[in-house]
Amino acid sequence: MSDNKTPQKSTGLHIGTPAPGCKKKDPILVADNIKKSFGGLTAVDVAHLEIPKNAITALIGPNGAGKTTLFNLLTGFDTADTGEWHLMGNSLAGVPSFKVAKMGQVRTFQLTKALGLLTVMDNMKLGAKDQGGESIFKALLPGTWRKQDNEIGEKAMELLKRFKLDAKKDDFAASLSGGQRKLLEMARALMTDPTLVMLDEPMAGVNPALTQSLLDHVLDLKQQGMTVLFVEHDMHMVRHIADWVVVMAEGQVVAEGPADTVMKEQAVIDAYLGAHQDTDLGVVTGRIDIIDEGGAK
Amino acid sequence: MSERVVEVKDLVAGYLPGVNILNGTNFHADKGELIGIIGPNGAGKSTLLKAIFGLVKVREGSITLNGESIVGLKPNALVSKGVGFIPQTNNVFPSLTIEENLQMGIFQQPENYKERLDFVVSIFEELGKRLKQRAGSLSGGERQMVAMSRALMMDPTVLLLDEPSAGLSPVRQDEAFLRVSDINKAGVTCIMVEQNARRCLQIADRGYVLDQGKDAVVGTGRELLNDPQVVGLYLGTLGS
Repeated sequence: MSDNKTPQKSTGLHIGTPAPGCKKKDPILVADNIKKSFGGLTAVDVAHLEIPKNAITALIGPNGAGKTTLFNLLTGFDTADTGEWHLMGNSLAGVPSFKVAKMGQVRTFQLTKALGLLTVMDNMKLGAKDQGGESIFKALLPGTWRKQDNEIGEKAMELLKRFKLDAKKDDFAASLSGGQRKLLEMARALMTDPTLVMLDEPMAGVNPALTQSLLDHVLDLKQQGMTVLFVEHDMHMVRHIADWVVVMAEGQVVAEGPADTVMKEQAVIDAYLGAHQDTDLGVVTGRIDIIDEGGAK
Repeated sequence: MSERVVEVKDLVAGYLPGVNILNGTNFHADKGELIGIIGPNGAGKSTLLKAIFGLVKVREGSITLNGESIVGLKPNALVSKGVGFIPQTNNVFPSLTIEENLQMGIFQQPENYKERLDFVVSIFEELGKRLKQRAGSLSGGERQMVAMSRALMMDPTVLLLDEPSAGLSPVRQDEAFLRVSDINKAGVTCIMVEQNARRCLQIADRGYVLDQGKDAVVGTGRELLNDPQVVGLYLGTLGS
């Protein structure tokens, strides 16, 4: 288990004062004027957003703020009404999701999409890109792709070991628990050697002890030169690892900045964090009178 | 001795043939208690709730409700006996209005609808103002409130909650926990499975840590919060 030292945060990511839509020194993803409505409801209305490269950015906001919809739009899982966005200068607007993944921008889902009737290993292998056996003719000639398949298998095994799923490699993905499926999905996303990894609530449904190893995995991604954008409701995680925090509400970006400053903004506390965030609920509910020493905080 | 409401002894249960998720779990809840069940992924927390509610077949062991065995009973029979269950996901009928969702909760006793509605609205005031709204148009937090309300319609003596805070924003999570506490204070025995272990134990009278289908550690909520072993293995030190 990790010793919980606060990781080295990247600073100086932005130009000028941190405000919604502020410019970044080295953005990997730049989005302009993205809008998406469902009937009369405007789910996403982002004027300008830049995601800093080789940093960990958290996207937070109340339920229904449009975080997941924005993820869907950026990754081609849904089509935007208007808008342009570029990954390292390449336009991604209108590009289908599988091509977005090939271009180096992968995502995971809030509700996991592991393929239940494939084994854990097969799920992993599916994630690898540019496989020779994908061609119908080459598929008939195992000699042309066997070597690559073995390499993919080794890489998958390495990732499974990192995520402590190696013992489960021959089990059906359906037999995994919710948290293990989350890990599998994250591991599978890494099979494509992505540049930008987008995680939709990676910690939801994962127990706190496992959270710490997951955090280390996310920090590792940054170490290896990748950029991470994640949606999360676990504020401990956001405070601990995010270099930059973007707050959305009602489809718009309402605040941006380093974690410790953004979370002190009154509007963010009112709309999202709530007044009890640092208080023991036992005190709020009147169940205990005094907070035990060293106890809940 | 306080009155025992639910008692589970040496329970063995699972989904696939030959694979047991629960391996001799022991558990009990006394009248008026708020119990928190925490543990790693795949420990069998949700399975325990489902086994109590008749959704998973019990292979060995016993489950009693007020001293009477309820093994093999169907969920509808358990609802009549005063057990309410709130699943983790898909817990509202999205195409029905809030009012219709609540009516579904009490279709076995429609004559009591008005009275129970008043009680539910006293806890969830905002729902009372929006009875005609379709449940599908509600946010995750609001749906959770509807699901809790529907389970309360039958005036349960025991409420089983499967991760009431999952997927909610911090302010909504706190609200969900405070509401569970309110429901418990109104006299309902609550058994809650949670990933947000710290919050859960803060309001729980007693907590159980499940690990590999067994009750590994048992204690009051405070004891578990301060137990270094529980913190290290199950709570994590990030939130402290």
